[in-house]
Amino acid sequence: MTQSQTEFAEALLAPEAPVPGGLQDAAGRPAGRRFAVYRNNVAASLTEALHEGFPAVASLLGKENMDGLAGIYLRQHPPASPLMMHFGGEFPDFLAGMRQLSHLGYLPDVARLELALRRSYHAADAAPLPAERLAGLSPDALMAARLQLAPAVELLRSDWPLFDIWCYATQEGAPKPQASAQDVLITRPDFDPVAQPLPPGSAQWIAALRVGHSIGEAFETTLEIAPDFDLSAPLALLLEGGGLTDLMT
Amino acid sequence: MSKHAKSLAVASAVAAALTAATTMPAAAQSKEKCYGISLAGKNDCAAGPGTTCAGSSVVDYQGNAWTLVDAGTCLDIELPEMADGTARKGSLEPLERDLPA
Amino acid sequence: MLDSTRSDRLPAAPGVGYKPQHFDALIRAPEHRDGPGPVRWLEIHAENYMGDGGRPLAQLRHLAERYAISVHGVGLSIGGEGPLDADHLTRLKSLVGWLNPASFSEHLAWSTHDSHFLNDLLPLPYTKATLSRVCAHIDQLQDAIGRKMLLENPSSYLAFAESDWSEPDFLAEVSRRTGCGLLLDVNNVFVSATNLEFSPTGYIDAFALDKVGEIHLGGHDEDEDDHGAPLLIDSHGREVVDPVWSLLDYTLDKSGPKPILIEWDTDVPDWPVLLNEAVRADWALSKLAPTAVMA
Repeated sequence: MTQSQTEFAEALLAPEAPVPGGLQDAAGRPAGRRFAVYRNNVAASLTEALHEGFPAVASLLGKENMDGLAGIYLRQHPPASPLMMHFGGEFPDFLAGMRQLSHLGYLPDVARLELALRRSYHAADAAPLPAERLAGLSPDALMAARLQLAPAVELLRSDWPLFDIWCYATQEGAPKPQASAQDVLITRPDFDPVAQPLPPGSAQWIAALRVGHSIGEAFETTLEIAPDFDLSAPLALLLEGGGLTDLMT
Repeated sequence: MSKHAKSLAVASAVAAALTAATTMPAAAQSKEKCYGISLAGKNDCAAGPGTTCAGSSVVDYQGNAWTLVDAGTCLDIELPEMADGTARKGSLEPLERDLPA
Repeated sequence: MLDSTRSDRLPAAPGVGYKPQHFDALIRAPEHRDGPGPVRWLEIHAENYMGDGGRPLAQLRHLAERYAISVHGVGLSIGGEGPLDADHLTRLKSLVGWLNPASFSEHLAWSTHDSHFLNDLLPLPYTKATLSRVCAHIDQLQDAIGRKMLLENPSSYLAFAESDWSEPDFLAEVSRRTGCGLLLDVNNVFVSATNLEFSPTGYIDAFALDKVGEIHLGGHDEDEDDHGAPLLIDSHGREVVDPVWSLLDYTLDKSGPKPILIEWDTDVPDWPVLLNEAVRADWALSKLAPTAVMA
């Protein structure tokens, strides 16, 4: 009989399905457990990829839960690309949709942070803006200037103490998270993405810069939400992290 | 705040940021290796370790049958209420999304 | 115009599958005792170097100045029933274009179905239909990247009732029709020969050794099938076993010196352990009688 890859692929992802016909051992007996090698390769490698891609989520959930969730996820969302660096893109929404995890409302945001770290890691290189370019400008020129963010910059807005939860999950001795909302900035000063918590208003300001607002416009819209906003903190973080690549006056 | 006051505030904040960015050790935090190369996501051509684990064990792969068994370090995190009163967009409410069939 | 000489540029010396944790050892001076030793070339998995930037590409650019690089694809699904992924072909063309590696290789296998990538090298029946499909895909790839590729023999855990070619004959025919070279994984031969109860030396005897541009070696795990027969798994997670080293000697005696790669992909060891495997491969090459040195 002719073996079709459709039947083979479907049986690979369905452990309870019978082993496809036409597959055999050297003596012509049905392949049986031999087919399980391929089933295992697919499921085990994708499960491991999720563990590696989402270490904080895995640590928060524990290995057994992560394995179970991976088994569901990899069958609902098998990789859409041969680039494993992209695998897991739907994991945050998948976690958000699991009724059994609804009491851990912060998990999807932790997964989003981990995806953002991975994107930042693989993002294009860009020469950082020399700080002197900002130093010589008059107050009015500064207000009108626009800033270009580096491709490796990622911004996460969260209603949870996202940064503290992520540290707690990934770093030994990190303090227990306290209830507060935290936005997180990711920059990549060299090759390792760095995540840092942002003071209130900073995420709005950076998001406004990203969509092309001038420094002044972004400042004004941020003041409406955070009247005490001081842009020195997010600007220093961006400068230190090589997060700015150009200044347009 | 007047337009003039705003531009002065921005100018002084930029000056402060430039001072902070040049006096602080460059990317001090990047030396903390809390982030590993494994996060990169990688391909290889190895087979899995043996035949008997993940792929061949018959478990129920229906999402609505999956059970949370332990909870890793989740259990240690107690975030009962937001101390600062920040809205949480109902994250504590059970999500009434469709479960996988 | 295809440049068929490029796949011959890997030196007939040991290479290793590159892992980022070994970067420091590989950029040490050749004479350093924890340096690269006899390692003269590196193999990378193409798909890990298709991001936009960052450390992977920076390391690769750096290493390519010191070592001949072999690009080994694991995601093209050359044996797939569907068409090749056009986006992936474009990415391969781009990588091969800027890196200009000494060699490009892929597998006689499939891994993508219905646009789902299954992250494993899945087996093919050796039939006329498979032959024409694989050859068409290799022609398409070779046209896209502008050079000849090497096609690797798989490790097999089962056989297809419908197969009517032996694997060595099938590979030789693909090579004859497409002009591609072959990548002979000696560990895969040993694994498949054990699992499917054929003679590993008989396989080597039947193999088109004159088409071989590279040899792979790796470690495997041992398991059993439903009937208690040994079932070897190509896990790349340990040392190459002695019978595989013997099979390498048998192969080299017939083929003459070839580039030999040590693959170690899971439970990646510290550099000295991998180096030791490379030294052993170097020894296998150096003990070849001078008369065997040809091609």
